[in-house]
Amino acid sequence: MTSSAARAAGWVGQKFEEAVLVNLGRLFLLVGRTASGMARRSVRVRDLAYQVQAVGVRSLGLVITMATFSGMVMAFQFGYGLERFGAKLYIGQTTVTALVRELGPILTALVAGGRIGAGIAAELGGMAVTEQIDAVRALGADPLQRLVAPRILATAIAMPLLTVVADVVGFFGGLVVAWLQYGVPPRLFCNGVYEFVTMSDFGSGLLKALVFGIIIGVISCSAGMRAQGGTEGVGKATTRAVVAAALTVLGADFLLTKIMLSL
Amino acid sequence: METVVELKGVQKRFGDKTIYESLDLAVRKGETLTVVGPSGVGKSVLLKLIIGLHRPDAGEVIVEGQNVAAMEEDALREVRRKVGMLFQGAALFDSMSVGENVAYGLYEHYRWPEDKVRARVTECLSWVGMPGIEEMRPADLSGGMKKRVGLARALAPGPEVILYDEPTTGLDPTNTRRINELIASLQKKLGVTSIVITHDMDSALAVSDRLALLEHGRIALTIDGDRAKQSPPEALARFMRGEEVDEQRP
Repeated sequence: MTSSAARAAGWVGQKFEEAVLVNLGRLFLLVGRTASGMARRSVRVRDLAYQVQAVGVRSLGLVITMATFSGMVMAFQFGYGLERFGAKLYIGQTTVTALVRELGPILTALVAGGRIGAGIAAELGGMAVTEQIDAVRALGADPLQRLVAPRILATAIAMPLLTVVADVVGFFGGLVVAWLQYGVPPRLFCNGVYEFVTMSDFGSGLLKALVFGIIIGVISCSAGMRAQGGTEGVGKATTRAVVAAALTVLGADFLLTKIMLSL
Repeated sequence: METVVELKGVQKRFGDKTIYESLDLAVRKGETLTVVGPSGVGKSVLLKLIIGLHRPDAGEVIVEGQNVAAMEEDALREVRRKVGMLFQGAALFDSMSVGENVAYGLYEHYRWPEDKVRARVTECLSWVGMPGIEEMRPADLSGGMKKRVGLARALAPGPEVILYDEPTTGLDPTNTRRINELIASLQKKLGVTSIVITHDMDSALAVSDRLALLEHGRIALTIDGDRAKQSPPEALARFMRGEEVDEQRP
């Protein structure tokens, strides 16, 4: 019984390793081929602008709503804890540090990234199952250069910009709660943030956002391009993209945090 | 007569499924060759091999003297300028207007000024009987209109060979007749070589200079269009009558 359980566990482990390695291989291949396509012919500015608008501008409403509430909730939580130690005046520093270093990039990547990743995977998946990607190739174009590269670049550009928006909106959300709920004057809140939060806090959050943007772009493009089997295949590709991107972003966040804190 | 497309000993498998064991086919310059055969026999795969969208596992696919099977993706660009393809569902790009769809290949292959591109788009759309619809979106078009726009897109770069993948599938009789007339008239007007894949025998007989029957992973026979109409051989007659193909045959 023990040996068969060990065999089963070994089999599951081997399959998991194979799946991870195969998928990693696919992603690296996609990135390599896309980069080589971009080296041969640059991405058209018009295509890139369209994608930045599609993934970035159209995610603004979602990011503003998400950031407003997350800033307010963080201020509530920090205020609740700090008030017990008589330190509620520090609510601005703690809330905004948490926002710019961690919550801004990660929540933007998970919430807006889910929307963006699903959109990219569904669009490319739809193109794959209706032979539009074959048509791109048949017309002499490279789909990686024409379809994948603008989307990866767009998510890499849009994610840090959306994170800046999330940071700013979250800041004001926290400020309102600190003022109305805990009686911390806005000027004191702002002064605390100005004195305590550094550019490196802000920069580390933006660097994370850039990496998350690349991860979301690469994973969702890969899932979409490999879609097959009609609308069901598009649905599966979209789900795969959102789940894989979210998990990879969380893993990358841990690694990046560890690296940044040890620098 | 000069051969423009030739498949020699082509073998193709998808996983465990063998599509072709050893397929040979030659297409002459300027003719319309129709390949007929039952569903799932690999008719569309044949076209995708010719334009380099699929690679054979063995054998040669020669287009205008070049072995497409051995070419890198980059080198295929020139072949794809000479070979246009109408996809089964037209495969128009949903995010673009009709005009942008038709111009797509022009931007890829040429560095033309914008007014020359627009003039070419207008010309190609008028060839397929759809002038003045440049600003429409693919979603606004019927199935037959999409096919004709897809054909205009395939014609725009000035190909010497046009591949038609099930051009009349899913169309009503009026649109089917219209597409058949287009295939014939474009061959006459532009002198292009056409390879048509279909299981619609009426269309096949209407447009073909020659017919090829694809069965059991090989070309079972080729025959002149006129002879196919008058006295089709038994294998083709069986297919035309809709009789089942014997799967046990090699």
